[in-house]
Amino acid sequence: MTAYIIRRFLQLPITILGVTIFIFAMLQLLSPVERSALYITTTPQNDAAIDAIINKYGLNDPFYEQYWRWLVGQKDPVTGERLGGVIFGDLGYSRTGRMPVKDLIGFRLPATVELALWSVMPIIGGGVLLGVIAAINHNKLIDQLIRVFVTIGWSFPTFVFGLLLLLLFYAKLRWFPPGRLSDEMMMVVSSPGFVQYTKMYTFDGLLNLRFDVFWDAFKHLIMPIVTLSYVIWAQILRVTRSSMLETLRQDYMTTARAKGLSERTVIYRHAFRNALIPVVTLGGLMVVNLLNGVVVTEVIFDYPGMGSAAARAAGSLDSLAVLGFVLFGGFVLILSNMVVDVLYAVIDPRIRVNSSGGA
Amino acid sequence: MDAESVSKEAAPVTLQEVVTEDRLRKKNWLERHMSPQWYRLLQGVFTNPLSVIGIIITSMFILIAIFAPVIAPPINETIDPNLIPRDGYAAEPKPPGTLWKREPPPVPSWYKTIYKNDKWNHLLGTTGGQFDIWYGIVWGTRTALFVGVVITFVTVIIGLIVGVLSAFYGGWLDDVLSRLTEIFLAFPFLLAALTLSAILVPLFGRGIWPAVIALITFGWMTYARMIRGEVLSAKERDYVMAAKVVGVPDGQMILRHILPNAIYPVLIMASMRVGDYVLSFATLSFLGVGTEIGYADWGQIVSFSRDWILSLDVYWYIIVFPGVALLLFGLGWNLIGDALRDIMDPRLSRGT
Repeated sequence: MTAYIIRRFLQLPITILGVTIFIFAMLQLLSPVERSALYITTTPQNDAAIDAIINKYGLNDPFYEQYWRWLVGQKDPVTGERLGGVIFGDLGYSRTGRMPVKDLIGFRLPATVELALWSVMPIIGGGVLLGVIAAINHNKLIDQLIRVFVTIGWSFPTFVFGLLLLLLFYAKLRWFPPGRLSDEMMMVVSSPGFVQYTKMYTFDGLLNLRFDVFWDAFKHLIMPIVTLSYVIWAQILRVTRSSMLETLRQDYMTTARAKGLSERTVIYRHAFRNALIPVVTLGGLMVVNLLNGVVVTEVIFDYPGMGSAAARAAGSLDSLAVLGFVLFGGFVLILSNMVVDVLYAVIDPRIRVNSSGGA
Repeated sequence: MDAESVSKEAAPVTLQEVVTEDRLRKKNWLERHMSPQWYRLLQGVFTNPLSVIGIIITSMFILIAIFAPVIAPPINETIDPNLIPRDGYAAEPKPPGTLWKREPPPVPSWYKTIYKNDKWNHLLGTTGGQFDIWYGIVWGTRTALFVGVVITFVTVIIGLIVGVLSAFYGGWLDDVLSRLTEIFLAFPFLLAALTLSAILVPLFGRGIWPAVIALITFGWMTYARMIRGEVLSAKERDYVMAAKVVGVPDGQMILRHILPNAIYPVLIMASMRVGDYVLSFATLSFLGVGTEIGYADWGQIVSFSRDWILSLDVYWYIIVFPGVALLLFGLGWNLIGDALRDIMDPRLSRGT
């Protein structure tokens, strides 16, 4: 078990190094002029200035030299100041964000984290609930209906579903607005009396006991949460349903029923708990889906998080910013996958036995 | 448990009897000419009502793509039919049924018969900039199918090469390729594809290729992993061992003895993902890193609606029609894929 976790940890730096090499290779597809933006903080005024930057930072040098410099930065020959260096968090300057990429990520992060935190419960809860109901009613009408319902969600492109919600609940009914906060509440939030503990407005609203702020922020979150949940449910349902079906067929289920336990107890105490084990593996998949979904969802609902910033940067070819976001997303993905693997090993005794035997 | 199954279980059946019974069973033409695995799949897909709906939807799209020049005739032969014809340049979208004013394309005969009218309407309205939505959807079907097939084909080939090399030769090559697969799996898919296509746009120009290449680059890993596993298990079979002893060369061994047995679940997986790829392509297009403005591509038509968020209820047709096309396309493939998955899943086929 410990050996397994250690092995996973040892693989981590290799994967991350690989990701950075590949990201840098993608960057090399850009012309040196475009790449010069890595090293500047304001828009240069003339061509000579750009040429000077290209020469100064060796943007025509061989791949490995440039990669090394991109990774660890280089010392300015005159001032001795370190410039660049991805491992120090210097990802260059974002044209669309008008600030260094590092700051842009920090600035946009709380909004996305807030959205993700609020979405996790409906995604997992809803998906598991639907999966269990479908499994208990295997091949009955309700099972078919649930499967059709989630398959439609899975087939919906996120942006189409989001736009349809906007059409109905914003353009037509004016119930839920796009954006993150209404103008009046924005004034409250940025007033000196309001402490921004987390920069996530729903939680800050609660912490400051301003329930009007909470409700306003939450109202803006409803449509994005619904969109993210509906398009992801299918995957969670599929795993929960087949795992639940398998568990329901096990001998210990018959034993539990034979003992005279009520059907409710049998399902919740014996089936549900065991059926949930494979669902844990979906944690990694869910992070993947959230990372994909958040980009589109934020764009549609004009929600000022990392996803919409990344999409705007990609659309206007602000490659450095997008590369920064990809690197960040990659980190999140790698770490979450590792957590899921370890968690799975902890929960499921079978894996534990196998890995200690194999390692 | 009903009486029949009890009596079946009561009388033990020997393997010999089962084999004889199966051999004597009357088989239809298809079953005689197919491997039992494929026959089981085909039978499963055509008897499941949901997957039959999926097959009908998908066939409908294929027919639309084939007959696109009849359904929506191009203006003339010199213009690329994949560019949506436009009716002027006005910014405000026009609702379905508006008369086509400027340079209408030739009116198809089916339209004259049904509507008893020689003047082309914008059947499904126009987007901002007056691109005709009907043309966009009909010709966009070709784009969708082409993109889906190309991406699926190339990702499967890459997956095959990586997976086979990795499993067949093992050792350091396996280590390197497995790490490589892991690295690609560590990328957030949509963001990475978005970035790569944004970078490729200046190199290739706007069109379908930047997005297609980006989706291929970040889409082959599932197949590689799957094929690796399949080949590893096929490698241990007796007939492969036997072939090795006889001295069959590597290439022949892979192509004749290992792949035919290992590729089967991969092809099923691939058929399930066609819809996903098309949706991802549409998403990239919608986000603005896809085709040039006016290219017949569903994602792009929907993206015109972004200018009208406040009055979406007025201009609903910009989202609803291409949105329904995308939804049905994805649904068709997913319904088939779901049925295939159920047939393949041994846990579900044991029957309840």
